[in-house]
Amino acid sequence: MTDAMDGAEGEAAPLSDVQPGRQEAMAIFARASGKELADAWGAWPDRPDVSPLRGPETGLVMVRGRIGGGGAPFNFGEATVTRATVKLSTGQVGHAHALGADTDKVRHAAIFDALWQDETSRSVVEEKLVGPIRARLEAEDARRRNETAATKVDFFTMVRGED
Amino acid sequence: MYVAVKGGEAAISNAHKLLADRRRGDRSVPAMHIEQIIEQLGLAVDRIMSEGSLYDRELAALAFKQARGDMIEAIFLLRAYRTTLPRFGYSNPIDTGAMLIERRISATYKDLPGGQLLGPTFDYTHRLLDPELMGSDAVEEPQTREGNDARTPRVSEILAHEGLIEDDGDLPDDHQTGDLTREPMEFPMTRDVRLQALSRADEGFLLALGYSTQRGFARSHPFAGEIRIGEVDIEIDVPELGFAVSLGRIRVTECQMINQFKGSAKSPPQFTRGYGLVFGQSERKAMAMSLVDRTLRATELGEDLTAPAQDEEFVISHSDNVQATGFVEHLKLPHYVDFQAELDLVRRMRAEYEQTHDGETPDDDGLEAAQ
Amino acid sequence: MTAVQSNSASMFQGGFADPVFNAQLVFRQIMDALARPGRVAEFNGLANPPAPLSPTVASIAATLFDHDTNVWLDPALARNEQVAGWLTFNTSAPLTREPLDADFAILLDSGSLPLLESFSQGTQEYPDRSTTLILQIASLTGGRKLCLTGPGIRDVDNSAPNGLPDHFFDQWASNGLRFPRGVDVLLAAPDGVIGLPRTVKIALGES
Repeated sequence: MTDAMDGAEGEAAPLSDVQPGRQEAMAIFARASGKELADAWGAWPDRPDVSPLRGPETGLVMVRGRIGGGGAPFNFGEATVTRATVKLSTGQVGHAHALGADTDKVRHAAIFDALWQDETSRSVVEEKLVGPIRARLEAEDARRRNETAATKVDFFTMVRGED
Repeated sequence: MYVAVKGGEAAISNAHKLLADRRRGDRSVPAMHIEQIIEQLGLAVDRIMSEGSLYDRELAALAFKQARGDMIEAIFLLRAYRTTLPRFGYSNPIDTGAMLIERRISATYKDLPGGQLLGPTFDYTHRLLDPELMGSDAVEEPQTREGNDARTPRVSEILAHEGLIEDDGDLPDDHQTGDLTREPMEFPMTRDVRLQALSRADEGFLLALGYSTQRGFARSHPFAGEIRIGEVDIEIDVPELGFAVSLGRIRVTECQMINQFKGSAKSPPQFTRGYGLVFGQSERKAMAMSLVDRTLRATELGEDLTAPAQDEEFVISHSDNVQATGFVEHLKLPHYVDFQAELDLVRRMRAEYEQTHDGETPDDDGLEAAQ
Repeated sequence: MTAVQSNSASMFQGGFADPVFNAQLVFRQIMDALARPGRVAEFNGLANPPAPLSPTVASIAATLFDHDTNVWLDPALARNEQVAGWLTFNTSAPLTREPLDADFAILLDSGSLPLLESFSQGTQEYPDRSTTLILQIASLTGGRKLCLTGPGIRDVDNSAPNGLPDHFFDQWASNGLRFPRGVDVLLAAPDGVIGLPRTVKIALGES
């Protein structure tokens, strides 16, 4: 991408304090199942009105690798990605991106991103949604790691010949 | 020459209906669900994604079903579909060192950090057909053992020692990463574009070329330095947010081939490397890709060009099975006028031939006599 | 990357309400405008960008720009965070500071119009790779009478767009000499668009 605007603003704008938490929550939403997000939105009390600003729409992201694993970037193939931006009647604008073509899931993720930015609802989003989904994903990762670990080769050396 | 010919609409329409019928097959057999294909024929799905150059398990499974299991047709369907979608951007380069590893082996270092993890491999099976799979579906849960989530360094990070092995491939700082889905191919290519072409190339073609290098056509003395399969996170910079967001994870296979190299006028003796990276679980293709990546570096490394696998234009131009099938299969389209013209030409030539041979009949005897 | 930190809704609002059909309509109008130079193609009210970007220019942008098109903004516009943010969000187009890298350029202040030759002219092999300039002007009528001739014009067209600086016409003549290379121009006013493809010849005064 061509960086026209960075210079106009001086150095890169400082990241706000909440950004890492939001980034983490968005990553969890991206890996959540459509059902997890739909159920959470269905059960949300006093749902604000939601108006779409962009999408949900499905497109492509070209995935890049690096030559030799750590060298110069190269394009190695595309992935379907769906994105959405919504605005809540309470004023927050939420964005979401996720692999795949599940438009409902991504729209819900954008809603929860907007709710996450509202300080009054953030803790509820964290507690009811981000926390449990993260725990599920971590447990699945751990299980897969442990299944793979069971296929680790333990070499042992045979002693040959006399003492 | 092509001339529009009308007719055949009813035949085509009925052919499509017949295709749908044959695809469904015996109605007393349950129809296949997309989820079944994703879960139980995952490696077919992976191959379609890799050569279709589009990571989407559902769409690849749908393509597989629609194509009645014809891989190249399924790949074609996926390629056609991707042209209907807008491009949102380029991901940040994936970090295979941070992979959630499902398989990782090295043929060069027995005790590499992180260990040798066999994963769900066909290796060490006896390749005996298993009658149990004809019916039963009860399968044991896999064994587990305490693993850890530490980053697993790539073998190339571990063994940069002594300077005997070349670094990861770099390109000049001002090099703009090429993209063959956006710019027409030009030869010679830079290595980044070549790898993009190889990553979407036909597995059988790469396998045959890789094999040819082992049999002596541009021998490159390869060792499988490392093969790893697993899931990596994909991130994209989002301008309106000002930070990168994670899109989720994809499964990839990476192969680091290490090649003994005796040196040339351009480079000292060392181990050089070939690289393979493909969508899904596909180590055969990743290995073949890394072999071919290495042989295509012949000019860069000052090697003699002696074999097909070193000929960049030959390899890359013929590696894409969608292009290849399009050109081969177009021969079955009507060439009636073409052929009539050729027929006239051959008739004329034959008449001239017969005149110069005093009207002899050009049967076998006649030809022999003429000689 | 455009680091637009403020979550200001005006950057995210005002895109096409019906992206597919709005873009199809505008595309058709732009195509006609370029096929029949001088004739006014109309569309309005489809996009609602932050000022000073006009709805007409914003509609062209939302139709033609995408992730693969580099866009150059005139310096005043480039400093406007709202406009830059709106374009980035609604079109995904990367912004560039180099006119030579631009597939499209938006110029609001035609008084400070840079030399046309400072933009990409395309190559002999790929003349289509030149920059398309979108000039936001006051009106498509009421300016100096012009005499347009060339492909797409039966005899002569007497448009009178208002807001082109005098030096534009000399530059346009030089642009024509670079054929098949050279830039194309879209004049965008509240009342519509006039296309000036590189093949059109412009003389001052009425024929």
